[in-house]
Amino acid sequence: MSSGAHSNSRGMESTSLGRPTRWTDGSMERLVAKRYAAERRFKFFGLAAVTLSVSFLTFLLITMVWKGAGGFTRTDIQLNIDFPRSDLMLDPAALTGPESAEAIGAAGLDTVIEQAAVAQFGAGGGELFGGASTRMLGERLIEDPELLQRRVALWLPASSKADVAAKGDGDPILENMLAKIEHRRRFNPTFLTSSDATDSSVVGIWGALKGTFLTILVTMALAFPIGVLSALYLEEFAPRNRWTDLIEVSINNLAAVPSIIFGLLGLAVFLNFMDLPRSAPLVGGLTLALMTMPVIVIAGRNAIKSVPPSIRDAALGVGASKMQVVFHHVLPLALPGILTGTIIGMARALGETAPLLMIGMRAFIATPPGSIAEPATVLPVQIFLWSDEVDRGFVEKTSAAIIVLLIFMLLMNGLAIYLRNRFEQRW
Amino acid sequence: MIDTIVPTPLDVAETVDSTPAGEPKMTARDVRVSYGDKEALKGVDIDIHNDKVTAFIGPSGCGKSTFLRCLNRMNDTIPAARVTGTIELDGENINSPRMDVVHLRARVGMVFQKPNPFPKSIYENVAYGPRIHGLAQGKAELDEIVEKSLRRAGLWDEAKDRLEDSGTALSGGQQQRLCIARAIAVDPEVILMDEPCSALDPIATAKIEELIHALRGRYAIAIVTHNMQQAARVSQCTAFFHLGEMVEYGKTSEIFTNPREQRTQDYITGRYG
Repeated sequence: MSSGAHSNSRGMESTSLGRPTRWTDGSMERLVAKRYAAERRFKFFGLAAVTLSVSFLTFLLITMVWKGAGGFTRTDIQLNIDFPRSDLMLDPAALTGPESAEAIGAAGLDTVIEQAAVAQFGAGGGELFGGASTRMLGERLIEDPELLQRRVALWLPASSKADVAAKGDGDPILENMLAKIEHRRRFNPTFLTSSDATDSSVVGIWGALKGTFLTILVTMALAFPIGVLSALYLEEFAPRNRWTDLIEVSINNLAAVPSIIFGLLGLAVFLNFMDLPRSAPLVGGLTLALMTMPVIVIAGRNAIKSVPPSIRDAALGVGASKMQVVFHHVLPLALPGILTGTIIGMARALGETAPLLMIGMRAFIATPPGSIAEPATVLPVQIFLWSDEVDRGFVEKTSAAIIVLLIFMLLMNGLAIYLRNRFEQRW
Repeated sequence: MIDTIVPTPLDVAETVDSTPAGEPKMTARDVRVSYGDKEALKGVDIDIHNDKVTAFIGPSGCGKSTFLRCLNRMNDTIPAARVTGTIELDGENINSPRMDVVHLRARVGMVFQKPNPFPKSIYENVAYGPRIHGLAQGKAELDEIVEKSLRRAGLWDEAKDRLEDSGTALSGGQQQRLCIARAIAVDPEVILMDEPCSALDPIATAKIEELIHALRGRYAIAIVTHNMQQAARVSQCTAFFHLGEMVEYGKTSEIFTNPREQRTQDYITGRYG
């Protein structure tokens, strides 16, 4: 029967064309050659597109690392301080007690450093040292009060101006001065352990990093369970009617709403109406959770939809209840997809700046937050703030903060891939 | 080839058969199913007996699978499907509000067209039903149920050393026997099979057919099949469906040798299908 149909259609073809198809007279070869050419062209364009995007990415990464690497280092200059001959009025006994920090703060170490610097390097010497050196000298004195009895040579971190000059991008006078002075480059642990400051030589990202971490934690704790349960309900339990259609359309729309609008919503609802603390990771997390939830619902529904119906039939067939089908079979199989979607949503929330500006997380906050209700800032906002600073020292700090943010995101995406592979099951 | 499966002696005394002697296990009267405006089944009357295999045959789209899915209310999962008429299990209406659907599906098990083991270990596949119904007290009892079910499904010898392997790693025929083991692990009274061999090769098919022979008597079995030879081989009663109607229902031997209806005659002699 099939052969009959075949010969019949062949017959119709040859009558409609008026001649039988010739496979060997060269016209077919030309047609095939054209097809291959189209294929090669397509491959070439594809490769070109990939190359272009990879080169953009490489350019971004290389410039970032190039500029940002300096942000993780500082310049140290050796300074001779003759404590017994200085004006310093500091009782070594006060350094061992609990009030040591206050004693150091009141002692006027900055004047001591300035005088020593002027004595050693000449008139402009005071420019070489800033807040970071005062802080370090204080720490050294608490560590070893014996220093006060002696004349010592200490490696102290340079001021932000001198640091920029030492890296070849600053004031020519300072650069000349530094060329004659012995100085060294060291890794700057302060950058990873301290918070925002006005002096770029003492700033760090720990405060912003901790704020980010707390904010993401709040977002995750809210958006993940609510999003996944909504997806499960909508996909497995909800009846299909006009209301669920409306909900679906609304969720899809929410996922496309600009983030600044979520920020305004957070400002109106969480700050003005609910009176939650301003600039707190709690409010930031709530706002970002609103933004992330639709993404999780959409990803979750797609993952749940892709679980084969035969698995549901199998479980129903042995007498599992709807709830057991969903929680024993559908959810575990959909989990890799849900997790991937969730982490992509989280990564987006992690890089979000605009809504957090609206709820006050752009404030200058010099201490890391102790809890989710204390004022904090987050990495992207910190980057935004530093990029706006006049002090040249902040340029490389900005790049360094971007590197930290990128590493954070890379870790999260790596986690997404790991979890997906870990939970992936074949059926 | 077929004698590779050694049917386990059936310990009939274990189950209390609630059906009075001679009464059918399940009865269907004037069952109609419609999907929206489309009527898929137009009044079906069938009895399914305890000690018999009942086969449903007919061309594609004739409603035989739809009817089978009515028997354990799997059509409930299709929102557009509407089922009317009465289906009784031991005299109890399965569509009445007093009948719990979870309970019904435990009593009326199902094997599907495409083997659909859970993506879990072989052991977990079989143990899942007994576990959710609380049929076993403790691990030892569960182990026993798993072993007995796999033995009855003729899979024990092949699977006993790899119970922790994934069920999806088995061959197609083994997967289908695993699904049968999973169905009988909850000790149902009726087993529904929806074209259980259509995705299998002839050797695996022969094994499943042998298994159906071995299970007959312990469970009432209803099987949907495309394959008329298969219906003739495994069943004692046959129902012929055509375009949503049940054309003829009777003893398999009579349907195949001396059908009352012309349409049945045409189908089994290969005039259409």
